[in-house]
Order: sequence, then C-alpha cells, then structure tokens
Amino acid sequence: MVVAIGFEGSANKLGIGIVRDGEILANCRRTYITPPGEGFLPRETAEHHRENIHEVLKEALEQSGLKPDEIDVVCYTKGPGMGAPLSVCAIVARTCALLWNKPILGVNHCIGHIEMGRLITQAHNPTVLYVSGGNTQIIAYSRQRYRIFGETIDIAVGNCLDRFARVLKLSNAPSPGYNIEQMAKKGKNFLHLPYCVKGMDVSFSGILSFMEDKIDELLKDYSPEDLCYSLQETIFAMLVEITERAMAHCESHEVLIVGGVGCNVRLQEMMGIMCSERGAKIFATDERFCIDNGVMIAHAGALAHASGTRMDFKDSTITQRYRTDDVFVTWRED
Amino acid sequence: MCEEFKLLKQGAEAKLLVCNYLGKPTLIKERFQKNYRHPDLDQTITKERIKNEARSIVRCKTIGVKTPTLYLVDFERRRIYMQHFENSITAKDFIINTKKLETGDGSANFNMLCQKIGETVRKLHENSIIHGDLTTSNILLIDKNPASKDVKYLEQDNIELVMIDFGLSHTASNAEDMGVDLYVLERAIISTHNDCPDLFPRILECYQNIKTMNKSYNIKEVINKFEEVRVRGRKRTMVG
Repeated sequence: MVVAIGFEGSANKLGIGIVRDGEILANCRRTYITPPGEGFLPRETAEHHRENIHEVLKEALEQSGLKPDEIDVVCYTKGPGMGAPLSVCAIVARTCALLWNKPILGVNHCIGHIEMGRLITQAHNPTVLYVSGGNTQIIAYSRQRYRIFGETIDIAVGNCLDRFARVLKLSNAPSPGYNIEQMAKKGKNFLHLPYCVKGMDVSFSGILSFMEDKIDELLKDYSPEDLCYSLQETIFAMLVEITERAMAHCESHEVLIVGGVGCNVRLQEMMGIMCSERGAKIFATDERFCIDNGVMIAHAGALAHASGTRMDFKDSTITQRYRTDDVFVTWRED
Repeated sequence: MCEEFKLLKQGAEAKLLVCNYLGKPTLIKERFQKNYRHPDLDQTITKERIKNEARSIVRCKTIGVKTPTLYLVDFERRRIYMQHFENSITAKDFIINTKKLETGDGSANFNMLCQKIGETVRKLHENSIIHGDLTTSNILLIDKNPASKDVKYLEQDNIELVMIDFGLSHTASNAEDMGVDLYVLERAIISTHNDCPDLFPRILECYQNIKTMNKSYNIKEVINKFEEVRVRGRKRTMVG
C-alpha cells in the first residue's frame, strides 16, 4: 500500500492531492485568475502559488486526516510547464521530503493526466486525447511507453481558446474555455474557418490569427456567440478526426479524454458520436480531475513508486520541456 | 456497369468497397458522412478531399509516380472509383514482416524500401505535390511483373511503390509545406515502427541524396524548414 502526496503547479492551477492505492483522500486546488484580456505570466503565477501553497498543503493534510509520517512518497510535477511556478512546488515538495524524511519523486504532468483518467474511468488501454492550455496530443501505449501519435505542430488547443477569449475580452473566471463553451451554446450561424489537419497532427495558429486579424470585420456579420460556436465546432472536429485516425491506426476501441479542455461537454459529445459510429467506448472525467490537480501527480507517482521507480534527491529538479514519451513506464505489464 | 460490392475495410474517414467496374477490379472509396461535425463543415471537407485526391492522382500520373488509376468521381455519393491492386501489401506490413523474419534493419529489403520511399517523396515534392498524410500505411508495394500470381517481395528488382490516400494533399512549392510533410512521415514512423529507429533517418538520407531535376527546388531550404518544424513540434514549451 502506497500513500502519496502530489504537488502540481505547472500552470495557473495550484493543486495538492493525497491518494492511498487509488483512493482519493484529499484534492485541494487554487486557480490564479487574471483580468479579462490578459493571460497568466510566469512571475505573477509563481507569486500566486507561493502565497497559497502553505494554506493548500494544510487543507490537504486536514482533508485526508493523515499525519505526515503516514505518507510514503512525496511527488511533484517535474514538467512540462512554466519554469517559475514549477519551481515553487518543487521547492516545497523537497522541503517536505526532507522534513518528513520521505523519498521524493518527480512526475511527468501528462502521465499524471493519463493515469488519473484511467483510474477514474477504469478505461483499460485507451487511445488518449490530451487537450489542455499547453498540450494537444494523441497518445497510445505501446511497449512501456506512452507514445505520441499526433499532436499540435504549433499552439495548443486550450491556448487557442484562451487567446480567442482575450480577443473577445471574455472573463477568465472560472476559465476562458468555460466561458467560450457557454457562449457557443447560443451561437447559430456557422462561419467557415481554416481547417488544418496534417496526417495525425493539427495546427491551430492559422485559425487564431485569422480570428485576430479579422475580428472587427467578422463582428459586423456574426455575433460573438456565433464566433465561439464556429471556433469550437471547427477545432473540435479537427481533434475528433485525428483521434479517429489514431484509433483506426492502432485498432483501438476506447478513447479517454484528459486535460482541461477535456471537460468541454461539446467536445465530449462529438467524441461520443464518433465512438458510437465505430463501436468504440468513450471515457471522460469532470472538472475535478480533468483540470490540473494534485491527485493526478500523487497517483502517477504512487504507481511509479510501487513499481520500483526511485529518484535521487539531487535529481529532484524541474524542466519546462518534458515529453510524454520520455517516461519509461514501469507500472504497466501489457 | 458496376457489380459485386464487397466491403474491404472501414477506415477512419472512408469505407473501402471492392467491385468490378467495366470489367476491372475496382476500389470504391466512399467518404461517408461524419455526424459529429457540423453538416456544412462536413460537406466542405469531404468535397475538398475528394477533389484533392482526384487532382493529385492525375498529377502523379504525369510525373511518373505510381498511384491507382482514377476511374470515376461521384460527388453526389461522395465516392471515388479507382484501380484496385489485388496483390499488394502496405509498407507498414512489409516492415513488420521483415522485422519478424529477424533479418533486421540492415537487410537489403530495408535499404531498398528506404531508397524507394525517399525517391518517391522527393519526386512528389519536386513536382509541388504535398501528400499531407505520409504514413507507411499509405504506401503500397506491388509486384512489378503482373504475370506472377503470388506476391513475392523478396526480389528487390520486382517491387514497385504505389502512393495512395491523397485526401489531405495539396499543391505547393514552398519549403515549409514540404518540411511539414517530412515531419508527418517521421512522426508516423516513430509511432508505428518504434522498433526500427533507423528507418526514417535512412529515408531522409535517400531523400536528400537525389539529384535535383527541378531548379527552383532547394533541398537545403527544405531540410532547414524540416528541422524548424521539428523544433516547433517536438520541443514546444507550454508557454504559448
């Protein structure tokens, strides 16, 4: 039995979670929200995490009802992510590990999402669509690695949505993507936008610059709701298409959607239609687990720890660039 | 005119039906409706892809890259009718089989295949055709000599490459698009054939070492762009 605590702070979410063998004992989170029209920057985000991390840690320990000496391993996000916020969590995690005299383990953020999704949904060996503010990847497992079949060749889908929300000056609370989703429900007129699929890869920067350059003109003929609707329909169609390609390629019959954009109901709905048409199953989670959280880091770390992965204290660094397929998966036997 | 439909395969975006059209073995590629996407978007994408596919097939013919012969395009029913190669194997299966035979990466088969793929992709690019979905599943190997009934791919001189699936293709003569095309191939190979790490580097080497036929084609520029796309994709930071 492994009890693990996980620290996550790779972007504007700060989360701490505690798990015991897949059972969630605590899941606490704070989000750094910027004013409309602005994105979050590394320095301010790190400041937010520094100000909140002790409170969140206390809250998590209280929620779990555990004492520090009952924890077996301290996990933190090693990367990918923004450097400054990552290092805030890494420092606190290292301090805890030393104070409590426990081993420390760095976890890949993307692997955290995947393992969390598999735990919650009980999907067995799914093709994974990982969509968030910083990542857009189609992933499938093969021979001890999560291999990337397709991904964005420029910006991430969440980044495209966030920046479009800034163009329209939408609120960043609770998240720009959520507000676009709500507006899109009221959209009626469909505007044709650049549709860019290259093999199993996608590109979103063309759509974004099209919108940014022409926004004044577009707003004469289309309402902001129409634009949100058209944007969602287009980029989600691209994502579903490459997911379907990857499934056909790997002969897979399960899809798991993870990452912040994964809680978008319209994306889940479109993916569901695609799956039902090819006799496949779809798995998705809600905002508690889709959006960055500490539990996923704790859970992925616990799996790695239980299967013998160890990290020297001197290696407990962070890295802004850390690919999903860099991780050697020791905890899966298939 | 057309008889005996048989469903060969249902791919991600099309049904493949085999039939006999005007006395010839024919493959019907039907891009069925995708209910998950907006009907307008679906219509546009489908029409666009049928057009791309038909155009590129014809273009390939004129430059001497083998593709299935185009028989009929039916926009109404979202179909393309084309030549069906009954005795063919995908490059994907060929590589997997070769690997199974334990002849390894260094075998003559591998070298021959890399050479042919490199050559063919280069030829497409020099003639401004961007395939858009280069994978080892979209490359077929056929027997050059149609007389023999069994497909024996061990005789290197008797193999011909057939390029298929031009739905995502377009014409362009800029280095960026060619770089992306190579990158797509690299990604496909890394994910499909992760036990053959030499495969793509060798294809790229062959691609680079071919004498240019087209003066406006600049191999250096293409390779530079390819490297650039690679950095953009593989080493992207989260900060956008």
